[in-house]
Amino acid sequence: MNPLGLYQPGTSVLHRLPAGWKFLGLLALATAVFVLRTPAPLGALCVAVALGYVLARIPARRCGQLARALLVLVVFVFLLQWWLLGLTGAVVMCLRLVAALAAANLFTLTTRVSDVVSAVERGLRPLRRVGVRPERVGLLVGLTVQAVAVLSGIAGEVREAAKARGASRSVTAFAVPLLVRTLRHADELGEALAARGE
Amino acid sequence: MRRVSAPRASLPTADLARIVVFAAFIAVLGIFPGFYVGGSGVPIVLQNMGPLLAGAILGARRGTASVVLLLALTAIGLPLLSGGRGGLAPFAGPSGGFLLGWILSALVAGLIVQRAERPGLPTLLLATTAGLLVDYAIGIPFLGAYTGDLGAAAVQSLVFVPGDAGKVVAAAVVAALVHRALPGTATGPAVRSE
Repeated sequence: MNPLGLYQPGTSVLHRLPAGWKFLGLLALATAVFVLRTPAPLGALCVAVALGYVLARIPARRCGQLARALLVLVVFVFLLQWWLLGLTGAVVMCLRLVAALAAANLFTLTTRVSDVVSAVERGLRPLRRVGVRPERVGLLVGLTVQAVAVLSGIAGEVREAAKARGASRSVTAFAVPLLVRTLRHADELGEALAARGE
Repeated sequence: MRRVSAPRASLPTADLARIVVFAAFIAVLGIFPGFYVGGSGVPIVLQNMGPLLAGAILGARRGTASVVLLLALTAIGLPLLSGGRGGLAPFAGPSGGFLLGWILSALVAGLIVQRAERPGLPTLLLATTAGLLVDYAIGIPFLGAYTGDLGAAAVQSLVFVPGDAGKVVAAAVVAALVHRALPGTATGPAVRSE
């Protein structure tokens, strides 16, 4: 896993826009995608989102990767919807899919995880009165990313061990030892956090 | 082998640690390439067993929290879902309802497991089955709203039923073995602090 997430560094307007505003924009677009039911406006929306990629100067290689992943899904959905709902329904569905997914990906590509974290912390501030501690959000992100790294290592070892015992096809031979060691790691982490006074 | 220390009821950090580490566990289930089971050519991705295991092993409160944490971290842009997917797109896609349904999966599975004094295989099977059904109950109408045709959405989802049925059984067996390996550390009334 790339610890930096899916962020694509850049300096465009879309990169510099505050995360909160970008998120509201995305919500507005998602609402439009759900409300619109004819191909023409949905197509226009898709073009607008594509222009967003140009504006953000996302490298062509990255766009290609995303487009390939999207294409597989769209072809599959299109054929299925064509069969189930007819041609117009399938086209509308696929345009919706492209607009919504491409816009959501654009948000993720142009927004640092750390910026989203601070936006979430700001957004949660009013909840402080009911016992939420917004400043813990950053800690949670860091701890989880670290835990993913630790558990990936453990998962690799467990899989090797299962293979050595000739049980590489068994889900239980993989999941049970991994879970036992996962819970043990959690206990250690809990003690470390308690010692730190969190 | 070192014994796992017993949970101290008045220690929210222990809960926090379990929530964090289990969220990571679900992510790791997605990172790992699928299993080839029964000689079929299609790899089976184990990640959607994660929420069922979270509920069945951690109980309703912490299990649900770990799924919420995983989904929140995914939404802010970490590639934690199977195939390195992340960001807001998975939620905006047609199968977004199945992702949101994971929260209820963990909750329902956890509530059922907590009712049993000592969760055995039948209870766990009931819990994981109910957990999956709740996921369908959210995911299929969401897909239906997307396509504008609930019936078609239900038919489309039938593809996943055989694989998911296998995973429900596997999750129950795995949870039973984990409960046996670490009695009392997983669920039980003692951990219901706060």
